[in-house]
Amino acid sequence: MSDVLVLVGHLAGPVGKASLELLTLARRLGNPVAVCAGTLDERAVETLGRYGARRVHVIESDDVREYPVAWVRALADLAADTRPVAVLTESTPDGRETAARLAVRLDSGVLTDVVDIQDGPDGPVATQWAFAAGYTVTSRVVGGIPIIAVKSNAAVPEEAPATPAVTRSPLVLDEADRRTRVVSREPRESTGRPQLTEADIVVSGGRGLGGAEQFELIERLADALGGAVGASRAAVDAGWYAHTHQVGQTGVTVSPQLYIAVGISGAIQHRAGMQTSKTIVAVNKDAEAPIFELADYGVVGDLFEVVPQLLDEVARRRA
Amino acid sequence: MNIVVCVKQVPDTATERKLRPDDKTLDRDAVDGVVNELDEYAVEEALRLKEAHGGEVTVLTMGPAKATETIRKALAMGADKAVHLSDDALHGSDALSTSYAMAQALKKIGFDLVILGSESTDARTGVLAAMLAERLGAPQLTLARKVEVNGSAIAIERITDYGYDKVEATLPAVVSVVEKINEPRYPSFKGIMAAKKKPVEALGIADASVDASAVGLAAAYSEVAEFAAAPPRAAGTIVKDEGDGGVKAADFLASKKFI
Ligand SMILES: Cc1cc2nc3c(=O)[nH]c(=O)nc-3n(C[C@H](O)[C@H](O)[C@H](O)COP(=O)(O)OP(=O)(O)OC[C@H]3O[C@@H](n4cnc5c(N)ncnc54)[C@H](O)[C@@H]3O)c2cc1C
Ligand SMILES: Cc1cc2nc3c(=O)[nH]c(=O)nc-3n(C[C@H](O)[C@H](O)[C@H](O)COP(=O)(O)OP(=O)(O)OC[C@H]3O[C@@H](n4cnc5c(N)ncnc54)[C@H](O)[C@@H]3O)c2cc1C
Repeated sequence: MSDVLVLVGHLAGPVGKASLELLTLARRLGNPVAVCAGTLDERAVETLGRYGARRVHVIESDDVREYPVAWVRALADLAADTRPVAVLTESTPDGRETAARLAVRLDSGVLTDVVDIQDGPDGPVATQWAFAAGYTVTSRVVGGIPIIAVKSNAAVPEEAPATPAVTRSPLVLDEADRRTRVVSREPRESTGRPQLTEADIVVSGGRGLGGAEQFELIERLADALGGAVGASRAAVDAGWYAHTHQVGQTGVTVSPQLYIAVGISGAIQHRAGMQTSKTIVAVNKDAEAPIFELADYGVVGDLFEVVPQLLDEVARRRA
Repeated sequence: MNIVVCVKQVPDTATERKLRPDDKTLDRDAVDGVVNELDEYAVEEALRLKEAHGGEVTVLTMGPAKATETIRKALAMGADKAVHLSDDALHGSDALSTSYAMAQALKKIGFDLVILGSESTDARTGVLAAMLAERLGAPQLTLARKVEVNGSAIAIERITDYGYDKVEATLPAVVSVVEKINEPRYPSFKGIMAAKKKPVEALGIADASVDASAVGLAAAYSEVAEFAAAPPRAAGTIVKDEGDGGVKAADFLASKKFI
């Protein structure tokens, strides 16, 4: 079987769930090769192997932190070496942009925001949703090495234990790779909650909350359910919650098992970021709010009555 | 500073939902074409940079004849001139070949700075800025919520999942901007009138040295195999809160095993 390159990225801590999803999908196509950089401890190798990586390839350089474009060189070199049947990245901004440049460098087709991959007689067949999930599209790459950027939650990580070989290669950058430099990064805020894009449950608040303090209600519901906190653009623009939590067209796209929209009207731009959620619950006092068109369960009512009662109920049933 | 801002015409998001679910072919002509709303932020940023540093703003659009409406809107906002890359051979191009054709046009126009929106609202691939940077050998500064130019130095704040990165490079460069960056101006009446007289250069593929065999549907490296209306979401249960809305919501969550 041929190799499938899976971009895991720079490892600083444990392997992310998204990488395990990519490995799970990659196994359908060939032998997954996990490509990473950074501090690779035994635990990371063990985790990658447990989810099916046959090989873990370590880029021996921290330059990818400062020069993210260098990933393109690393992957292009590996692709020239192994002629993979596909390259998989996350469909996050970083993942998509690496995929984009790699596509140009390898003269290959690229598919983004992919939600499923199957193996076909002529290579991988990808599923995408188009036009606010109104259409299901199956697509293929017909030129070059298929480069596929996959959305989070596209697959449930499945174990398939293997003992991966660990290979290493240095990364020698040239002037062109150093043209764009990341000079500083605002450190990851630690909320103790799951990451928005990876969470199984997302609870989002909108303008209906009326202020920053009231977002505590959203946080409490998220914590009670073990979920992440999201926000509409209106709430973010009002300064009630950090922009990193914005769900929608120009925020994060989420696809959790459960999405709870509280005091959010459901504008098309918001829906673009959450409408593929498996189950959607909405609380809004306006029965005409478009969010109810999407909701599997909707409560028309004042969120300041409904949500506290819901919190009490969750606590009561858990007790 | 010679700024080129890339503007795409897309179907109006508001009319998009009127597409019939049983309509298997996607007819772009059936819906109104509007400026990709995220590109208005790119135009605005280009105008602000010009106001601060001098120079010229050129709009670049690749699309059918109808896309001239989009060009006029950008000119009415204040851009100086436009280039319309239009050719029947371009129809059906994928992202890879679109980036090739646009890079060729950009080489012909010349630039210190290329500014794009973060993504189009129709295809939403969000890859074009990175592809153009790669093809043009120019630095890539994408997803900017803030752009600063100082002589030949450029710095941006790139939004990330956890905050932002400060990214630096030197011009010429390719930038994409997010909607947090500014508030796009409305074209004034004077602007709209002036736009009618501004030059729009029509560029065919031969003019841009684009190889016809490398663009269009036949040359696309990514291919749509099948296309179907997604099954509509099953209608949900909507209840009115009669003092027990929270309890009912909890019942639903419990029935789905979330609690
Ligand atoms: C280029 C562009 C990009 C955009 N990108 C995004 C994006 O990424 N994400 C995004 O979310 N939006 C985005 N928007 C904005 C979008 O169009 C909407 O303006 C936004 O989603 C509205 O947020 P909201 O639902 O919180 O506010 P509103 O539309 O004001 O809705 C508030 C809702 O709260 C309800 N409410 C009020 N009080 C209560 C109460 N006490 N109890 C219960 N319900 C109550 C109201 O009935 C109303 O339905 C974008 C817009 C543009 C132009
Ligand atoms: C539903 C759908 C899904 C698609 N999926 C894929 C796919 O997975 N892979 C693929 O290769 N192709 C795909 N395509 C084809 C894609 O639409 C075209 O290749 C398109 O030219 C580039 O993609 P984009 O609009 O997503 O650009 P984006 O990268 O999202 O656009 C970013 C910015 O680039 C600029 N820009 C984009 N297009 C133009 C233009 N024509 N003129 C001027 N400026 C422009 C704008 O500033 C825009 O804000 C898809 C098309 C559709 C309709």
